[in-house]
Amino acid sequence: MGIRFVLLVNKQGQTRLAQYYEYLTLEERRALEGEIVRKCLARNEQQCSFVEHRNYKIVYRRYASLFFLVGVDNGENELAILEFIHLLVETMDRHFGNVCELDIMFHLEKAHFMLEEMVMNGCIVETSKSNILSPIQLMDKGF
Amino acid sequence: MAAEASSAVGSSASSAGGFAPFLVDSLFQRSLDDMIKALRSAPGGESSLIHRLLAEIRREIRSTDSDTKFLALQKLTYLSSLYFLDMSWAAFHALELLPSSVPAFKRTAYLSASLSFHPSSTDLLPLATHQIRKDLQSPNPSLSSPALHLLALSSSPDLALHLSNDLLSLLSSPRAAVHVRCRAVITSLPVLRLTPDSARAFLPKLVEALSPSSPLLSAAAGIFCELVCSGDPRPYLPLAPDFHQVLLECRNNWILIKILKIFARLLVLEPRLKRKLVDPICELMRRSPAKSLVFECLRVVFCSFPDEETAFQLAVEKVKEFVAADDDPNLRFLGLHALAMLGPGQSWAVEENREAIVKSLADPDPNIRHEALRLIMNMVFENNVVEISSLLINYALRSDPEFSNEILDAILVTCSRNFYELVLDFDWYVSLLAEMVRNPHFMKGEEVERQLIDIGLRVKEARSELIRVARVLLIDPALLANQFLHRVLSAAAWISGEYIQFSRNPLEIVEALLQPRTSLLPSPVRAVYIQAVFKIFTFCFNFFVNVGAVSDSKCNTDENTGAESEDSSDVTTFKMESLEMKELLTSKSIIYILNLIVTSLVPLSECDEVEVQERACNVLGLVLLLNGIEEWKTDDVDWRIDGKIREIVTVMSAAFSEELGPVSIHAQKRVLVPEGLELKENLSDLDVILRNNDVPSSLSISFSSRIHSHNEDMEESEPATESTSLLAEHRKQHGLYYLPTDKDENGSNEYPRANDVTNSVSSEKTTNDLLKLTDQSLISRSTKPAKPRPTVVKLDEGVDLPSSSSEYVKEPTGDLLSGAVRDVLFRSDETSSTIQKTLSENFTERRAKETSTISNVDSLLKDNSSPREREIGSSSSRKNKHHGQSKERNKNTRKNETKEEKGNRSSARSSHHHGRHKLKQRVESGDPSLDKAPQTQAIQDFLL
Repeated sequence: MGIRFVLLVNKQGQTRLAQYYEYLTLEERRALEGEIVRKCLARNEQQCSFVEHRNYKIVYRRYASLFFLVGVDNGENELAILEFIHLLVETMDRHFGNVCELDIMFHLEKAHFMLEEMVMNGCIVETSKSNILSPIQLMDKGF
Repeated sequence: MAAEASSAVGSSASSAGGFAPFLVDSLFQRSLDDMIKALRSAPGGESSLIHRLLAEIRREIRSTDSDTKFLALQKLTYLSSLYFLDMSWAAFHALELLPSSVPAFKRTAYLSASLSFHPSSTDLLPLATHQIRKDLQSPNPSLSSPALHLLALSSSPDLALHLSNDLLSLLSSPRAAVHVRCRAVITSLPVLRLTPDSARAFLPKLVEALSPSSPLLSAAAGIFCELVCSGDPRPYLPLAPDFHQVLLECRNNWILIKILKIFARLLVLEPRLKRKLVDPICELMRRSPAKSLVFECLRVVFCSFPDEETAFQLAVEKVKEFVAADDDPNLRFLGLHALAMLGPGQSWAVEENREAIVKSLADPDPNIRHEALRLIMNMVFENNVVEISSLLINYALRSDPEFSNEILDAILVTCSRNFYELVLDFDWYVSLLAEMVRNPHFMKGEEVERQLIDIGLRVKEARSELIRVARVLLIDPALLANQFLHRVLSAAAWISGEYIQFSRNPLEIVEALLQPRTSLLPSPVRAVYIQAVFKIFTFCFNFFVNVGAVSDSKCNTDENTGAESEDSSDVTTFKMESLEMKELLTSKSIIYILNLIVTSLVPLSECDEVEVQERACNVLGLVLLLNGIEEWKTDDVDWRIDGKIREIVTVMSAAFSEELGPVSIHAQKRVLVPEGLELKENLSDLDVILRNNDVPSSLSISFSSRIHSHNEDMEESEPATESTSLLAEHRKQHGLYYLPTDKDENGSNEYPRANDVTNSVSSEKTTNDLLKLTDQSLISRSTKPAKPRPTVVKLDEGVDLPSSSSEYVKEPTGDLLSGAVRDVLFRSDETSSTIQKTLSENFTERRAKETSTISNVDSLLKDNSSPREREIGSSSSRKNKHHGQSKERNKNTRKNETKEEKGNRSSARSSHHHGRHKLKQRVESGDPSLDKAPQTQAIQDFLL
């Protein structure tokens, strides 16, 4: 149960952020990301946000030019994960102000830290935006 | 960034003035932003750029200047996480930055480590132990939380063991920030998994966090959900009251979803929990605006209590909303998905949504279509299979290629399930298969081929329809061009050859099999075609010779056939048809076939493909033989009575007369091992023998075999003796590994034949057994008079499938962790003090003991009787124990225990002594089926 990985991918299929909560070798990651991205990017707006792949269930959502893909176990609640994705996007929006691909590219570390505040070892620990962002704001101040 | 860089320059220049390269490095070092910009502007030549960047980073990261190192590590982390680059070589440099006092450096080092470190990719983790401990103890959350992340993601058993005490004190420390304690709760999961015997120390803290008022509740719910769902849920049954409390009081949807997941697992073990859960779950379904929570409730109701009427009704209402959500494909998908969880007993709920489901077959989303199809196939029964299948086949004509094949596949799988149990009318099914083939997107050739042949073998009554269908398929020249149909055509050709006696017009089929467009077929299929021609021709000629003769003297035949055949209806139709056939198969038409065969097969007798060539030559051989004999071509009748032609015909028809049948998947197992054949003998000494002799023997063999091939044309016997002499020598040396020969020396130059009929009585016996088996299954099927369904020959009935037994075996075994947890939660405290002690002991000693404690846990796991006996046996001694434990136990568990005591007492009052005694006895005798018993006892109070 829980989240296995979080991927942010742009329209061209390039990975912009990858966080895994289980160990995969680089080759496995490359193969997995390739397959998943191909599957999800081929889908359109009228299709549902859930794709099954190998032993994962992928819950994804598109925001402007970025795809947020979350790989979960088969037993996970899909709608809850969609809510999680939305929360992640809202949090990033609040911090970056209408987040876009470039924000994540140039602030990859920060994006990772935000994700770290929300998810730990595949488990969602924090769902309040201000709680997630307060350590990030501290970091910006140089602590 | 610029300021940092310049200060870095200053410091490195002053401290290491002599090292010009570093100065240059830091002066001209690319910043992270520079690197990203460079990558962005070179999308085509990324790989060469990355190569260059890596070379830079490799140089920079070795710098003694920590700013340079930091920047290099930052860039490397970026590259490796997005471009799949191996950065294990830089593990040491990441560790170097961990102790840095600059928060940004430390954070980057931790991030880089947690992204790339894993016990299987780096052996440097132990070097980080000290630093992680220091950071865990730090009061500053911005230091401790990245350390926890690293511990959670990349821990090794060693690291977990060393740091578990620090983690534990963090868990219980009231001074630490909630933020950090929450993370400590989550981190305890990987630590528990790596060191199962730390469960004793951790679990009480985690249970404490499970109270509705605890600030750590969300993390605790998360890890208990993970523990219950990924391992053996049984040890967690005693926590049911705590979970229940959370379910009642918590208002956080995330947590409630986790709790519902936990209950879904526990309900399987303890169905009585249902009574406690129905009301809160109904309440949630009615009130909650969150679809995710409602869906989770639906899932629990559908899977765990479909017999609770009000809850089920409510769930069905809710699922209707999901399925009918026109604007949200996600809800539609999940609605269908939920319906698919229902068993056959609740099919009315599926039926109620029938319209929406059928509509979903046309959904733009293939996943939704797939779910809908799955649901429809679940609703297929004997009485509606015809209707649904034809509906779907028509639908498949109109859908896109992929889905249309999905539909066909679903039909094929459903109808063939369990030896075609759904199919009552095989004539219908066979024609359905033929109709399927006409679908323009058809790609299921292999499966249809298999089923056509399988039905032919298993269902006698379907054979005439099969022949009809095969004829239609074979005659259509258009089908030959479609490569997806080749396999189907191959089956059709085989059927037409095997069951030609059911055909009204064999000539037509021979013509179809020899049509010029068969050159489009791949050679394996062509070979089948030619073989079919062979069989059909043999049949025709046999008919021409025998039946023609017999029907000349009619009275004779009637007596003969009446005595011989078992089935009278067969005979009458046969007679009717034989008259027709007789008119068809005159000497003229036979000559026509002969000529047709010769013209179309002669070119193939020089074909490249051996299979095709060989079969063509076989047919031609027979044809030429018959052509050479003139007498049957005349109108004279005498030749039919005796003569050469009759002999040939008898031999040929005998070759094909035996009926082919299905083969049991266990047939191989039933072949007895011949006496004296040692299959399980240890072959380890073979190594030694091979090492001694391998080189010379292989040399001589290869040499001799070359001679063999060279001399083959001239002398045949000589090389044979040479190789046999070698063989004999080898046999003398390693007689052990040769099959025993009953013909001695003079027979030894022949390998024993694979299945020698003469010397193996056993094989004959097994075939008899097989025959008996088929008979039995035939009888058992035919005793059902109500169904006119034709018999399907099954061979594997009554054979235990291995899966069911393995499932059974799986139950009692659990992982170490759940064993340890069970140990804690079922209060078998015998070893608790010792483990507690060992935990606080010196680590080096600890490691030495590790194996022994693990085996200890292991034995506890196996020996379920010990906690149970104590629980049942002595309630007075229990009381004493409670006092002893109350110090380390928290309030919550104490409350539980008192509750439990009450429960125990009340059950004692209701005097179950007798039953208990029996239970105990059974437990003592080690009955694994009673594994469940302890839990039922443990939460009895909660249920009462």
